[in-house]
Amino acid sequence: MVLSLFTVITILFFLFRMVPGGPMAAITSPRMNEAARQAVIEDYGLNEPLWKQYLLYMWNVVQLNFGQSFYYGESVRSLVADRFLNTMSLMVTAFLISYTVGTYLGAQLGWIRGTTKERVGMLIVLIIRSTPVFWTGMIVLYLFSFQLDLFPLGGMRGMQATYSTTTQKFLSTDFLYHLALPVFTLCTFYVGLPLLLMRNNLLEVLSEDYIDTARAKGLTDRRILLKHAARNAILPVVTAFAIAIGFAVGGQVLIETVYSWPGLGREMVKASLRSDYPVAQGAFTLLSVIVITMNFVADLMYSYLDPRVRLEGS
Amino acid sequence: MSEETARVGERRHRETKQGWRRFIQNLKRSTIEQGRIFVRSKMAVAGLAIIVFYILMALLAPYIVPYAPYERLYMADGSWASLQPPTAAHPLGTTDSAHDVLSQLLLGSRIAMFVGLLGAFMVAIIGTTFGIVAGYYGGWVDEVIMRVVDVLYGLPFIPFVIVLVTVLGASVWNIILGIALLYWLSTARVIRSEVLTLRERPYVEAAQAAGASDFRIMGVHILPNVIPLSALYAAIAVGYSIVAQASIAFLGFGDPTIPSWGVMLQRAFVTQAFGTAWWWVIPPGLSITLVVTGAYLVGRGYEEVVNPQLQEK
Repeated sequence: MVLSLFTVITILFFLFRMVPGGPMAAITSPRMNEAARQAVIEDYGLNEPLWKQYLLYMWNVVQLNFGQSFYYGESVRSLVADRFLNTMSLMVTAFLISYTVGTYLGAQLGWIRGTTKERVGMLIVLIIRSTPVFWTGMIVLYLFSFQLDLFPLGGMRGMQATYSTTTQKFLSTDFLYHLALPVFTLCTFYVGLPLLLMRNNLLEVLSEDYIDTARAKGLTDRRILLKHAARNAILPVVTAFAIAIGFAVGGQVLIETVYSWPGLGREMVKASLRSDYPVAQGAFTLLSVIVITMNFVADLMYSYLDPRVRLEGS
Repeated sequence: MSEETARVGERRHRETKQGWRRFIQNLKRSTIEQGRIFVRSKMAVAGLAIIVFYILMALLAPYIVPYAPYERLYMADGSWASLQPPTAAHPLGTTDSAHDVLSQLLLGSRIAMFVGLLGAFMVAIIGTTFGIVAGYYGGWVDEVIMRVVDVLYGLPFIPFVIVLVTVLGASVWNIILGIALLYWLSTARVIRSEVLTLRERPYVEAAQAAGASDFRIMGVHILPNVIPLSALYAAIAVGYSIVAQASIAFLGFGDPTIPSWGVMLQRAFVTQAFGTAWWWVIPPGLSITLVVTGAYLVGRGYEEVVNPQLQEK
């Protein structure tokens, strides 16, 4: 995990050295005056040889120092941390809802395997999963905001809303009102994976001997499904949850753009379009850290939840 | 060169030729067999039909488009024909800059199919090669390849492509580069674990005992057995690649001079015209959905070929 982090950060260092205009453009803004420019060059050691620059860069990353944003003028660290909270509030809500719903629906579909109902259900799931999430977002906005005028067009809060604390901000009805459409859109997309996984696992579990035993004992279908089959089928869904969060963090940028949600991904896009490289770099680093951490967590969870993995490993 | 070595060389040459001929025969036979199973699944055939339809559209688009993609259209009174709802002259209406939506949609299929098929091809080639090499050699080769896979898993796809495009410039090739760099990972992992079991099979041992080169064993004895798996992942990658390209274009990192479905949606979104001009928004999005669904269906149909347990009795 540490190796991954290290390599990714190194790749980033070299990528951002290659931006149009060279490393100077990546770190100094054209709008700076000469003295400030010199100071920044000194700060980043741009007049030093490459290996020294690299060491300095690494040292800065370890200290979480990503420099100042050209556009906002504030430190990248606090900016990115703020946007990160916004992204997570949207994503975690959507994930919790879609994994609950998806697991339930997947178990149901697996149980009625082979029926026409199941086939139609699977086709619908496939189509929904094939729909680009930003397009779903546009259609949802068209229906609920433009035509029916029920929900706001985007953003995270209304004009008049002010909050004294962060907790208050995330618990207010105004926030939930703005959260509804993006979460709904995300759920249509995310629900597919747990659903398919749960169905496939259930099919596998249902062919196990202990299910036959349960049947022979005369247990009701419902009891077999809930107590015996679903419990064993749910393991991979749990790991998928962790991995999918890691992957989804990067994909959030689409939904955040559609709903003008002030999140990490959208900030990264805006920063790239504005050539605000410190912000783009900081945001990307944080995104990678989340992906790598979640992959790691998934590995850990897997061996914790399924003792068979641990035994084979040792 | 002495006569002796020449004869040996010739014999080797003939053997290799036979080897490849057998390889192609095997491939042909298994393709026909697999085709039969595939055709039995109605959904898979429907998926294939969608894909073929859009490939045809992509090939024919330049000859059948009614207008140039960025040709400005005027009303009878000389004003711009912007945001016109569908009429007989413009079956899908016009955009805010008075361009014909149908023409852009037709031409947009070219980029989508190009990226989809090329992306899938690269994913299959790269993933299969690394998977076979890692699985067959094992040891440090395997270790190195799998560590590289682990590291690349840590790069989130869309942000990574944004960085690539920022650094290298907005072009379809950079999006394909991103796909080639990051989408082969799962394919390689799956192929590798398959090869791990294949290489213990008696016929591989027999080939080794007979003195076949590693290259030959991988090509003639292992590759045919993993081709179904790579084809499955390639089918899924068609969908991934198309969505990836459209997403990047939607975020404003596409090449705006080439009409594509993503760029169409981006224009409709940025101008906020999507609140009224449904005729501009529905066609490109629906096309993406259809093509990707088609690719998934083909993949699922093929999965039944690969994994007989899934076949419905």
